[in-house]
Amino acid sequence: MAKETIALTPAMPKCWNPDSKPHKFCPGCGHGLTLKMLGQAIDELGIQDKVIFGCDIGCSLLSWDFFNVDSVQTHHGRTTPVITGIKRARPELIGIAYMGDGGGYAIGAQHLVNAATRNEKITAILINNTNYGMTGGQMAPTTLPGQITETTPFGRDPEDSGYPTMGPEMVAAIAREGAYVARGSMANLRQLKRFLKKALENQMEGNGFSFVEVLSSCPTNWRTNAEATWRFVEKDMAEHFPVGEFKVPGKKEEK
Amino acid sequence: MKEKPVKGERRVFMTGNEVCAWAALAADADIMFGYPITPQTDIMQYWTRLAPKYGKKFLQTEDEISAGFTTLGAVIAGKRAFSATTGPGNVLFQEPMSMAEMMRIPVVLIIPMRGGPSTATVIYSQQEVTMTAFGGNGEGFRVVYSTAGHQDLYDYTIKAFNTAWKYRFPTFVLSDGYQGKMRESLTIYDPAERGIEMVKAEPMLGLPGIPGVDRPTRHLRNTYNTEEELYEVVMQIARDFEKAAPEIVEWQDFDTDSEMDVLILAHGVVSRAAQGALPLLKNEGIKAGHFRPITLRPMPEEQMRAAAARANRVVVVESAYGQFLKLVKETLYGMDKPIDAILRPGVGITAEEIVAEIKERR
Amino acid sequence: MAVRIVLAGEGGQGVQVIANILAEAAYAEGKEAVYIPNFGVEQRGGVSIAFVQIDDKRIDSPKFPKADIVVALSNRAVDRTRQYVDERTTFVYDDSLVAAAEIHEDVIGIQAVEADPRSQRQTEAVDDSKQRKTVRLPESAGTIIPLSANDIAKKELHPRVFNVMILGAVLKATGVVSVEQVKAALEARLGGKFAKNPELRDLNYRALERGMGLVEHVGVN
Repeated sequence: MAKETIALTPAMPKCWNPDSKPHKFCPGCGHGLTLKMLGQAIDELGIQDKVIFGCDIGCSLLSWDFFNVDSVQTHHGRTTPVITGIKRARPELIGIAYMGDGGGYAIGAQHLVNAATRNEKITAILINNTNYGMTGGQMAPTTLPGQITETTPFGRDPEDSGYPTMGPEMVAAIAREGAYVARGSMANLRQLKRFLKKALENQMEGNGFSFVEVLSSCPTNWRTNAEATWRFVEKDMAEHFPVGEFKVPGKKEEK
Repeated sequence: MKEKPVKGERRVFMTGNEVCAWAALAADADIMFGYPITPQTDIMQYWTRLAPKYGKKFLQTEDEISAGFTTLGAVIAGKRAFSATTGPGNVLFQEPMSMAEMMRIPVVLIIPMRGGPSTATVIYSQQEVTMTAFGGNGEGFRVVYSTAGHQDLYDYTIKAFNTAWKYRFPTFVLSDGYQGKMRESLTIYDPAERGIEMVKAEPMLGLPGIPGVDRPTRHLRNTYNTEEELYEVVMQIARDFEKAAPEIVEWQDFDTDSEMDVLILAHGVVSRAAQGALPLLKNEGIKAGHFRPITLRPMPEEQMRAAAARANRVVVVESAYGQFLKLVKETLYGMDKPIDAILRPGVGITAEEIVAEIKERR
Repeated sequence: MAVRIVLAGEGGQGVQVIANILAEAAYAEGKEAVYIPNFGVEQRGGVSIAFVQIDDKRIDSPKFPKADIVVALSNRAVDRTRQYVDERTTFVYDDSLVAAAEIHEDVIGIQAVEADPRSQRQTEAVDDSKQRKTVRLPESAGTIIPLSANDIAKKELHPRVFNVMILGAVLKATGVVSVEQVKAALEARLGGKFAKNPELRDLNYRALERGMGLVEHVGVN
């Protein structure tokens, strides 16, 4: 299903920066597919000249020149406040904070929580691939119980290091009316694009904070082949992290 | 034409923190981000009361890290943005300030220093010199003004915005808890009426037109792949900093024109005690002079060395345990000049104390 | 040389207000003035201290080692301000808040006092003088002046104008600013209230004058 969607879409969204393609993500990584859906959403909304794209540290930083939209690469966890500052200064711009699970749920958790609490009119997109990819596969806040990583060589023991962070659930609980919160997956790109588009539209309408977590793959650090990678995303991750909308302003959520 | 917060010239009597808020308004700052910490908080409090009248904005963030990065965001978007912090807050600010240093983001930060290390006191110190001038994982490509009273606070807060935007280095106004909380008189003015033109704030991102179509896309980064790539970037910043330094440095000297028994080196509010000590030392038959660097970074090196050359010895006085002393030693390197120091970490220094110490050590 | 003044008391006694008014009056008179409140974390529940310097020229260090006049309005304030007193200092305290001196048999030559540890709001409480802490007055002071401003304010005027009486006493003792400027500074701060209730102005002015009447001009420097 997912693969068909890719085959049917144009090779490259208009707002992509051709000079930085082919992109620098590992083969099989979910970042590229997510950024393709984001690119299509930007194209369809016609906002290439208004978007400010901010990326974090970790693998997300490889997207610093991914788009032909004005972009800023920040520090680990600090993309949310940088985009907040830009948006507060120039509300006519559309701010996207693009980060990994470490940036959003660990080192920058206070920024995510407070941006959500204040209902900052920005769009945060968080890639959940259950590990720290750039540093070589250490435990992330989203690492599944029992999952082996470089810092949990015998599997994550929840007694010792807690359970995976349920990000959208948390954000939905603290954000007020006007916020948009969803969890998409690279296993359902059509739906993911819909979520990303709604998260941007929600900002454009000035409703409030928009947050989309994306279930994504990391075959390099998972050390999985294509089949095992898809199984982990579609089955193991989806079991722990329900996909769907958690908060939609004035509407019913899509499950 | 929006209404100017300060018109003409006006003699006023206010606290240093209030002065900073007025100066930022007079400099036409657009937005402040901040997190409460004593003795800085009053700057935010005055700003939040004054700013809305003139269409200015404010955001209280979740911590100083966020205050720093939101300020950077606003500057990147093309607004004259600033913040204020001190002590442990300044520690957290070093992360965003190092990004500003690397990416040439013209941010302004006001620091009324409190006692350290750690939480220490909320009162006063000069213990944030090293951190402010050289903090973060950087090279100290920063401009640091050290103020010695309310007129300075007003003048240099306004100037900080222009220095930052002209040279594109993060610019700091060092105040201290005494200056922040005390009231004294000064003249506030509209910079334009004194011929001070504010450097235009230009956006780094969010320019008109479709990026990649109508104009090149702006891609800002602070990450590099190779040592050589980084080296080029850092050396360019270093060259720019060295080139700008002679235009930026500022100092004051007192009775340093003729030969001196002793040259007192002090910065910030301690300079006032040094100035007060000069006539007292004269009464004691000691020929003393005083040199005060107004910029601690870059340091007025030539000028300090010239003054030191005319003195038999140098005495460094500071409310810290040798932070300014280190800068002095570096500046006077190679001169055959005895350097003595009166070090009072976290404690105010009076003219009488300086006189007593100099007499005792003669 | 600058006239250096330390005012200290318990929170709520209004020492910061009178320090501010003194500094404002001096500023309005064309003098240079520096006022710093103490602001340690102890400001919540601690002794409140204000430092004021007034001069004809720019004041150098905002901090000073010894004061020309120290005013202490509680026994804790006496302790806290001792460090600012030397032989040139005029030390003023309120003897209705800091109890009269009592010389112990074994402490010949040192003037000791028993002080009331309670704040002025509790002065109606039972006499527990036997348990009171002893507070020494700073015996090195050049002049020691006891006032009963608190008692007089309560009996003759109103307890709330106690600090204005202290202001009057400081004014008279130092002569550092004119009465007219202090009245103008009071007017600037309380003008709105005075306009609504002219009796308030009269009460404050009377307190100021009554305070001035409590001391002689001792002169500074």
